[in-house]
Amino acid sequence: MSEEILDMLKAAGLDVLACMHCGTCTGSCPSGRHTSLNTRRILRDARKNRDAVLSDDSLWLCTTCYTCQERCPRQIPITDALLEIRRLAVRKGFMLPEHRKVSELVLNYGHAVPLDEETKKKREELGLDPLPETVRKYPDALRDVQTLLRACKFEELLAEK
Amino acid sequence: MTKLSLFLGCIVPNRYPGIEKATKICLDRLGFDLAELSGASCCPAPGVFKSFDKASWLALAARNVVLSEEMGREVLTICNGCYASLEDANLELKGNPDLKKETNEYLKEIGLEFKGNTEVRHIIELLYKDPGPEKLKALVTTPLDLKVALHYGCHLIKPSAERKLGDTESPVFFDELVEATGAKSVDYTDKMMCCGAGGGVRSGHVRESLEMLEHKLACIREAEVDCIVNACPFCHLQFDRGQLAVNEEFGTDYSIPVLHYSQLLGLALGASPDELGIEQNAVQNLEFLAKIYEISAGLR
Repeated sequence: MSEEILDMLKAAGLDVLACMHCGTCTGSCPSGRHTSLNTRRILRDARKNRDAVLSDDSLWLCTTCYTCQERCPRQIPITDALLEIRRLAVRKGFMLPEHRKVSELVLNYGHAVPLDEETKKKREELGLDPLPETVRKYPDALRDVQTLLRACKFEELLAEK
Repeated sequence: MTKLSLFLGCIVPNRYPGIEKATKICLDRLGFDLAELSGASCCPAPGVFKSFDKASWLALAARNVVLSEEMGREVLTICNGCYASLEDANLELKGNPDLKKETNEYLKEIGLEFKGNTEVRHIIELLYKDPGPEKLKALVTTPLDLKVALHYGCHLIKPSAERKLGDTESPVFFDELVEATGAKSVDYTDKMMCCGAGGGVRSGHVRESLEMLEHKLACIREAEVDCIVNACPFCHLQFDRGQLAVNEEFGTDYSIPVLHYSQLLGLALGASPDELGIEQNAVQNLEFLAKIYEISAGLR
């Protein structure tokens, strides 16, 4: 078994080994009340370097509300650790199709939620410019965003593995 | 007074422009020096982008902050998500020279450099510090006789080590700003619970996201309020558009109006509901609209 997950968390300064399995995180989780997300189990799988945590769909049921992190009696940065695990999962090719789509919107338009015709009309009704002062109005600015994302090799990360 | 640039993000300009208009009206009436931040992009969204890749998340956030640095202005956010991304990126880059160097390598490609000489603000913490609830109350021309269910939203106050806005279990600063308008902030079950939208859950797992929202709505309905008030357009979208989706999914009949704080404050500072885009919401509650028009016209 590789030590990859725990090493990655350690390198990011996130110590999950202090966990005493009290379950405060799971008990506090607003998502866990309604979904299959069990934060304590995710943390346990991570500290045991179980690769299965990377393909675990419940990893993507966390709303990143930070309640677990605030309440952890051992001060473990739980939400930050979960985000780090998500990033490793993405590098391994685990990404929901919906999230790939949101990423493509940012690549193409510079916005996760791009302007639509209905909102242009609403803007005009309010006396606002139909095109907001964002990348939407400035093609050079949009090109800069795309150049920046290319430099970060973001597109390669999105490619299906 | 602090010189600010208005960071719009995605949902405000592209779905709820009433919040953009309301923010401009409020800050103008309060005498702030607020400029447009031209050419900004998605913050990028902390729940999704930060979950995918740290380097791209930091680079895009840094570019947005640099645009404001170059204007010699602090960045004003009107969204908890934008605040989380820009503030966290700003703090990380200021505090970590290696990360700053790496991010500046990327920014060099587009002729920019992160210097680390500006601050990221959120409209709620800004107004709480200056003018503050007491002075704000004195500036209100139209006191609002409304009962409000306040939703703080997670990333305004958490993680508390970075936000430094105090207690996260039962904070009061935002309630004080709501009550400065004359409205009453009503306590309700699970008030501090998440709306269910963040972290890519609304986009990736819509059914589960709506289940969380339905729980919140049920608690709010029990409190018999006039409206929900938030400070985050993503929570706003979840409460407003999501409410119709909840009704469809679970056969409920929720019709609870949703206002961003800038819209509530705009009413109290004398702007009319149509100037503030309140009628452009998905939830169309005519009883509430009639009430705020009457308040706005001085009829109640």
